[in-house]
Amino acid sequence: MSPIVSVKDLVKRFDTGFTALDGVNLDIEEGEIIALLGPNGAGKTTLISTVCGIAVPTSGTITVGGYDSQTEFRQTRSMIGLVPQEINLEPFEKVINTVRFSRGLFGMPKNDAYIEKLLHQLSLHEKKDAKIKELSGGMKRRVLIAKALSHEPKVLFLDEPSAGVDVELRKDMWHVVADLKKNGTTIILTTHYIEEAEAIADRIAVISRGEIKLVEEKTALMTRLGRKELRVELDNPIEQLPPELSDRGLELAPDGRAVIYSYDTHADRTGITALLNDIQKAGLQMSDLQTRQSSLEEIFVGLVTEDQKR
Amino acid sequence: MNLHAIKAIYRFEMTRFFRTLLQSFISPVVSTSLYFVVFGAAIGSRIDQVEGVSYGAFIVPGLIMLSVMQQATSNGSFGIYFPKFIGTIYEHLSAPINFLEITLGYVGAAATKAMFIGLVILATANFFVDIEIQNWPAMLAFMVLTCVSFALLGFIIGIWASNFEQLQLIPLLVITPLVFLGGSFYSISMLPENWQTVALFNPVVYLISGFRWSFFGMADVPIGISLLAIATFTGLCLAVIWWIFRTGWRLRQ
Repeated sequence: MSPIVSVKDLVKRFDTGFTALDGVNLDIEEGEIIALLGPNGAGKTTLISTVCGIAVPTSGTITVGGYDSQTEFRQTRSMIGLVPQEINLEPFEKVINTVRFSRGLFGMPKNDAYIEKLLHQLSLHEKKDAKIKELSGGMKRRVLIAKALSHEPKVLFLDEPSAGVDVELRKDMWHVVADLKKNGTTIILTTHYIEEAEAIADRIAVISRGEIKLVEEKTALMTRLGRKELRVELDNPIEQLPPELSDRGLELAPDGRAVIYSYDTHADRTGITALLNDIQKAGLQMSDLQTRQSSLEEIFVGLVTEDQKR
Repeated sequence: MNLHAIKAIYRFEMTRFFRTLLQSFISPVVSTSLYFVVFGAAIGSRIDQVEGVSYGAFIVPGLIMLSVMQQATSNGSFGIYFPKFIGTIYEHLSAPINFLEITLGYVGAAATKAMFIGLVILATANFFVDIEIQNWPAMLAFMVLTCVSFALLGFIIGIWASNFEQLQLIPLLVITPLVFLGGSFYSISMLPENWQTVALFNPVVYLISGFRWSFFGMADVPIGISLLAIATFTGLCLAVIWWIFRTGWRLRQ
């Protein structure tokens, strides 16, 4: 199946000479949720703005649904909904009117039944006749989503959907995104909350200094680059590792009450059985065992730091 | 042509106008009445007639033009500046619309508002003086053309302006002087000969003169030239807007 959004060799250089996107290639499949992860200033918003038509590419091509974003902009833009990072709304307008306006702007005929349904879905229906300025921050963000979905787009861009949003609302937002995915909407979200990507994305793209560093299935990425850690709690604290254990690459916890062993889950042998035997032979009494997997955050920080060192 | 988009923008802008209808209505009525008190009664009582028309009636077309030009410019500029100011412009830039559609929506709404105010002033003037309009269709056509062309100019100013001061700058420093010096309250023939020549470089002279012709059948410049002037002005504004959207000047990154 051909991708719904395809970005090829995209370069965006601003008049100031700053290169925000430096040869970006990215294919987005229909119906998936892809998270664009990257530190501040990596080019996430510029990439979204360029695909949506707010910024003009310096070179390279973007196709949406097979149409070129420059020469066939009516087709590409009709397929895209954009939820911007900042809450930009006309304060004195009624919720329903501003959503109706967006639908018309995107060339769709009036359809109040659809808009009412959308407002219900986003728990905004009770506030449909309220003025925007009367709404809470979270509600305003929902209005932005309603506006972006008003013309029934196939692809939805969410630029930092949960920036400055409390934990409860963030979880709420994730439910909204999950519902949209069920309806077949393709979702591209940028975030620097890694737990957000971990919670909702199918694939992860890491962007740094205007380049895509990697694109991979989330689970595959976490198993490929993720490491596991075994923590062996000791009955009695020790000051240093016994000589029998010194060449096993173990780490002693600062309080001396545990030894920590990192291993690769994909290796033929994890070495756990031999390690536990050796700990016993060294005369250490074990009181508990714990394992934990490294999070996407640790993987991400590792990737970006590596890139910045270069 | 994305007709739904044009309609959406037009309706959105008109809703804003109707929300503040009272202010929109009262302010031109009050200012027109003041002009009549000052120019019509106080000064007009010392001027009998201008080229066969009573001074009170003579100033009506100029007065309408003065307000129409100011209103069309300020509505046209505010309409597009406001989304830029509050950030909702992202929606226009990411929508499947071209320059003509966005312009038609905003300029259409700004011109409609100015036209409404022009007609309110005409009605108010009727309370002060007897006005006979010789050529109704020409009067309405001139008013529509002026509303549209100055709304276009306002639209350009709205895109150019990066703060509220700049938004006010051109209407205050350029349009108001040009309108006052363009024969709103006098005939160009009343000026010394040298100043008559200078006045001919003022584009507003042609508009007011043409408009006055539709009322009283007399004009400072031939009616054909007036029409040509307004057509050139409209064409020029459209060309600038086309260029703005082609290059994304002050709009797209």
